[in-house]
Amino acid sequence: MVFSDGLKKSGVGYLPQQTQVQRDFPASVKEIVLSGCQNRMGLRPFYGKEEKALADESIERMGLSELKNKCYRELSGGQQQRVLLARALCAAKDILLLDEPVAGLDPKVTADMYSLIYDLNKNDNTTIIMISHDIQAAVKYADKILHIGDSVFFGTKDEFLAENNAPDFGKGGRDD
Amino acid sequence: MTEIADKIGMYLGYPFVQYALIVGVLISLCSSILGVTLVLKRFSFIGDGLSHVAFGAMAIAAVLKLTNNMPLVLTITIICAVLLLRTGQNTKIKGDASIAMISVGALAVGYLIMNLYPPSNNISGDVCSTLFGSTSILTLSPVDVWMSVILSIIVMAVFIIFYNKIFAVTFDESFAEATGTKANLYNLLIAVVIAVIIVLAMNLVGSLLISALVIFPALSAMRVFKSFKSVTVCSAVLSVGCSFIGILMSVAAETPVGSTIVAVDIVVFLIFMALGRIRAVRS
Repeated sequence: MVFSDGLKKSGVGYLPQQTQVQRDFPASVKEIVLSGCQNRMGLRPFYGKEEKALADESIERMGLSELKNKCYRELSGGQQQRVLLARALCAAKDILLLDEPVAGLDPKVTADMYSLIYDLNKNDNTTIIMISHDIQAAVKYADKILHIGDSVFFGTKDEFLAENNAPDFGKGGRDD
Repeated sequence: MTEIADKIGMYLGYPFVQYALIVGVLISLCSSILGVTLVLKRFSFIGDGLSHVAFGAMAIAAVLKLTNNMPLVLTITIICAVLLLRTGQNTKIKGDASIAMISVGALAVGYLIMNLYPPSNNISGDVCSTLFGSTSILTLSPVDVWMSVILSIIVMAVFIIFYNKIFAVTFDESFAEATGTKANLYNLLIAVVIAVIIVLAMNLVGSLLISALVIFPALSAMRVFKSFKSVTVCSAVLSVGCSFIGILMSVAAETPVGSTIVAVDIVVFLIFMALGRIRAVRS
C-alpha cells in the first residue's frame, strides 16, 4: 500500500477475507485482537498497558467481552468476523478497509454485521471502505459507490441510483 | 523396577549421558516452540526437506574431513531454507515441488558423494547414524555441547523477542503486511531459525526423524489447548519431557536414541488426541 500525506500507516485498519489457516487456529480472542496493535509497537517486543486497554476497548465495542478467552476456532462465522473487526479497530480508528465482510454469513448475522459497521461509521466517525458483491446492502448503507463492471461508475448513492435507474438495486434501501 | 532405577542412576554419572541430556532437552525445547508456527503455516514439510539438505551438507563435510562440520552444514541449510520459503510464497504446488526437489536431490547427492569419496570404511554405518542419529548424541564432545547450548539460547531469545510479531505473521500475513509489519522479513527470520534448529537436532535424532521432533509436540498440544500461548508452552513442556524420558529409556534399554524419543512422542500424541476427544464430547 502507498500512503500519501496526511494519512499515516497507523491510520488504516484492514479486515481481510478469512483464510483456511485461520479457521482452525488455536488462539484466544484476546490474543488475536491484541495482534492488531502490532503497528504501534515499533521496536518494542511486548504489549504494554496501553495496548491491552485498547484491545479491551475494541473487544467491548464489538460486544465480545464474554468470548474474550474463548478459542477462535470454536466461534461461529459471525463472531469470528467480529473478532477480526475488533482487531482492525485496534490497528486504526480513522479508516477501515473491509474486504467482503459478510462473505459466508447467514442473513441474520449479515444484518447484525452491517448494523455494527454502520454504527462505527455514524457514531465513531470511522471512514469505511467496503468491497462487496452485495449491491443491495451497498446501496442501503453507502454514501459513495464505486461500481466496477462493464462501465466504471463513481459517485454518491443517489447518483448511482439515478444513473442505473434500476429499481431492483434500490430494493434493499427502502425497507427502513 | 529398582534395578532399572539403579541402572539409570549409574548411567547418569557418566559425562556423555549428562551431555546427551543437556543437549537433548535444549534441542527439543527449540524445535517444539517453532513447531506450532510451522504446523499452522502449513510448513511442516519444509522441516523435512531441510533435514535432507542438512544430510547432504553433512556428507560434504565428512568427505572434506572437516573437524567441525557445524558451520558448513549450518550455512548450506540456511541458504536452502531461505530459497524454499521464497518459492513457497508464490503458489502452493510450486512450493511443494521445490521442497521435494531440493530434499531428494540433496539426499541423493549426499549419498553419492559419500560413496565416491568414502570418509571411512564403514559407509553404511556413517549414513545410518546421520539419517537416524543412532549414536551421535552419545558421542558429543564438549565443543559440540557448547555450540548447541549457545545456538539454543539464541533461538530461544529470538523466539521470545519476536513472539508477538511471529504470532501476527502466522495468524494473518496479509493483515500484518497491510498494517506495516514486514511479513517477509519475519518469514525469513522463521526460515533461518528453522534451519538452525534442524542442524542442531540432527545430532539428537538424525535427519530423517527431525520433523517428528518439530511437529508431534505442537500437534499434541493443539488437540487440547486453545490459545497460542498455552499451545506453545505445552508443546515445549511435552517435547522436553518426551526427549528426557526417551533418552533415559534408550540408555537403559540400549535402543537407538532418536527413534525411542519419537516413539515416546507418538504415545503422547495418542494420549492427547484421546484427551481432546473426551473434552469435545463433554462440552
